[in-house]
Amino acid sequence: MNDLVVRFEHIVKVFSEGTHREVRAVDDFSLSVARGQLVTLLGPSGCGKTTTLRILAGFESATSGSVYIEDRCVNDIPPQKRETSMVFQSYGLFPHMTVYENVAYGLKVKHVPKAQIKRQVAEVLSLVGLEGLERRSVGQLSGGQQQRVALCRAIVTKPKVLLFDEPLSNLDAKLRKGTREQIRRLQQELGITSIYVTHDQAEAMSISDAIAVMNVGRLQQLGTAEEIYSRPANRFVADFIGEANFLPARIIEVGDGRVTIRIFETEITVEQDSTNFSPNEEVEAVVRPEAVDVIEVDQGDVNAEILFSHYTGSVVLYALKLPDGSRMEVQVANPKERGLLPVGARVGLRLHRKSIHLLKKEL
Amino acid sequence: MRLSSYRRELQNEIKRLIHDPVLLSIVVVIFALLIIFIIFPLVKVVQFSLWPGGKFDPKYFLNFFRKTYYWRPLINSMIVGSLVSLFGTIVAFIFAYGITRTDIPGKGIFRLIAVMPIVSPPFLIALAAILLLGNHGVITDALRLNWDIYGLPGLVLTETMAYFPIAFMILEGVLAKIDPSIEEAALDMGASKLRTFLTVTLPLAIPGIASAMLLVFIRSLEDFGNPVVIQGNFQVLTVAAYHAVTGMYNMPLGATLAIFMLLPTLMIFIVQKYYVARRSYITVTGKPSGVGLKSTEPHVKYPVLALMIFLSGVILLMYGVVLFGSFTKIWGIDNTLTIQNYLYVFKVGGQYVLDTIQIALIATPIGGVLSILIAYLVVRKRFIGRGAMEFISMLNFAVPGVVVGIGYILAFNTPPLRLSGTALIIILVFIFRRMPVGIRDGIAQLQQIDPSIEEASSSLGAGFFRTFTRVTLPLVAPAFLSGLVYIFVRCMTAISAVVFVVSASWQLLTVALLYEVDQANLAAAAAYGYVIIAIVLTAIVFMRFVVERLFQKGFSPIARE
Repeated sequence: MNDLVVRFEHIVKVFSEGTHREVRAVDDFSLSVARGQLVTLLGPSGCGKTTTLRILAGFESATSGSVYIEDRCVNDIPPQKRETSMVFQSYGLFPHMTVYENVAYGLKVKHVPKAQIKRQVAEVLSLVGLEGLERRSVGQLSGGQQQRVALCRAIVTKPKVLLFDEPLSNLDAKLRKGTREQIRRLQQELGITSIYVTHDQAEAMSISDAIAVMNVGRLQQLGTAEEIYSRPANRFVADFIGEANFLPARIIEVGDGRVTIRIFETEITVEQDSTNFSPNEEVEAVVRPEAVDVIEVDQGDVNAEILFSHYTGSVVLYALKLPDGSRMEVQVANPKERGLLPVGARVGLRLHRKSIHLLKKEL
Repeated sequence: MRLSSYRRELQNEIKRLIHDPVLLSIVVVIFALLIIFIIFPLVKVVQFSLWPGGKFDPKYFLNFFRKTYYWRPLINSMIVGSLVSLFGTIVAFIFAYGITRTDIPGKGIFRLIAVMPIVSPPFLIALAAILLLGNHGVITDALRLNWDIYGLPGLVLTETMAYFPIAFMILEGVLAKIDPSIEEAALDMGASKLRTFLTVTLPLAIPGIASAMLLVFIRSLEDFGNPVVIQGNFQVLTVAAYHAVTGMYNMPLGATLAIFMLLPTLMIFIVQKYYVARRSYITVTGKPSGVGLKSTEPHVKYPVLALMIFLSGVILLMYGVVLFGSFTKIWGIDNTLTIQNYLYVFKVGGQYVLDTIQIALIATPIGGVLSILIAYLVVRKRFIGRGAMEFISMLNFAVPGVVVGIGYILAFNTPPLRLSGTALIIILVFIFRRMPVGIRDGIAQLQQIDPSIEEASSSLGAGFFRTFTRVTLPLVAPAFLSGLVYIFVRCMTAISAVVFVVSASWQLLTVALLYEVDQANLAAAAAYGYVIIAIVLTAIVFMRFVVERLFQKGFSPIARE
């Protein structure tokens, strides 16, 4: 699997308005994608993920740096010659053509014989359950169907790389989950190398082989869904992926693959790569809301007072005040079983040892 | 660092253009066309004025200020322009207010009447004024008046009627977009209707009013058709330049007068585009709600309605009297009805009809495709000189027709580009004079279309040409076709630029009409006018039929949000 299909090398994209104003949309971005993988660019809006994708497609050119597709530098290759296909956020279907004409468009451009076009279009439409709709005008389709036509149109040409630009953001929540599964299944069955852009972390985590978290144009962390959630590289990633409490802690002892810290007057040993840490260092402990038990007062690592409770049915999220006055959030699943605690109640909190992740203090 | 990344982006742009030979060659060809057929004639005008006979000699330029005979027309043009701009905007405001802000009946008809002068030859109004108020005019005779319509009063009357529709279309758009909740807020706080109008509605409309006044002023300044018919001894600049070129064959003088026409129009164009248009409050708050606050109070509604009926009556009367005149034997002397004028038009002017239609049919599709192509490049492509391309191609919007015409005869009278006397020079004038409107509409239409549709095409492997013809052009087809109608109509009704480039072998209907007016053959002139109107209406109806046939499937090319 060392066969790299896409390589970004030190991509910089500056949007300038004349010589006096400029925005660095992408800043020294490097990433490699192996054959058959689906890598997601995840980040808040304006983080440069779509610009990066459009640089790969050829709709934007990088200010500096290079893009390679199968070891060929494509910096100066126009989009139509890059053999990438994009599934657009707004689908970008040709409104004056039928479903068949939309899907066949890329094959016609390639001068594929007519009979073969017919066969391939029928084949790909049946993959997504759109057989029989060939003659429909795309305006007559539902949003979900339009989305699938866009997907068919992109995969039928067998591109080297398939690009997704927030393809699900125009669908409603229920449809989104099903389409997500469908995209992933197709991508794996056909083995198409894919790059997927989204700001929705749940979408990214469920669909990807690897996730590249981006912020202000820079790559923050590259890893599997599990890695970026449980071992975030920095405060931004920890905060952006899921919910996080950042608790102050001090390092007592550094061992091989383990770090002992003092947190809330308690000493806890955390399993983590220790090379970057040294004794007596002030660090931040990332504690997920679900990685804390709410127990009797004086029984846990620290006592706290309930300030507010957000009850949502499946879980209850307590906002708590710690002895030093700072605030912490803790989530309790299935509150029906345990009973809801009233605002003002004093409780004890016990941190799950394995789930604590330490970060260097950021200035 | 900043400068270097800017420079690197610039280098990337050049590289991209070189790697896209189709786009590169199209850009190069269009720039060549723009420079030859827009810039070059203007350069020639300046050259003939300041370098007459090849040496720098500003004597014509300086003479302009020395002799009353030269600068008086400029003053006259300014006086006419100011009055027409004032009255035209007032008339337009009454119509726009009535249609957008009251609940008067018959809005559709009023709207139709208000835009009617746009699709007819502009100087038909002047002809109507003569038929009504001239020496043998219907009203003159009926009231036994002894007045002279020729001169300032006639100019102001006819140009006001001819150009208020432009102001009307701007003001209607502006008034319709003023959010009624802003006015309701004022009423809520206890302001009276009048106070609300004066302190809220009117101030919000002021940028629109300023735009309308400036555009009407430009149109009046560059109008040739009406003044040449009705100016009398009140010589305006366009006609003075025309006489200098075609009567005295004094090219340096004509060029100098052209420059003094060009300077104010260019200045106003820039002020309007870069200053007034930016002041618009509408684009800032702009939630186009469509439904205005309708004033139903009788003391507002009925005076507005009465004025609109009166003004509409005047317009209808003008068209009516020309129609009537076209069927009279000798206007004012023998008013028996006859169709001899139309027979005359087809006998003497049959060739003109064919020439005009032929030239219009050639110029229309070329101008239409070129406009859409330039609009596409400007909106969708990034390349060096994109801003310059937009500016140059829109320049003729501000250049008076008379200046264009003089520029063309100066530029294309000698080899290598000897075009005078050909049909080609007329076609070129039409194409490059009407392009700005086509480009502006094309830009507006393209901005409504989701760019990812075209990106999808190129990501599927389609090159520039395929994407443009298979995706872009079908999507802008409705706007493209209505653009074609516009160009065709203007080809049929234009006079100011083409009057300089027509020749014995290629003659136009508008020029023939002018000739008949000159010969005091008013009935024949009126018949020519209605032949033009008939052709224009046929074209409009035909195109509407085609559009409905083509698009009855009813797709919407506008991206769904």
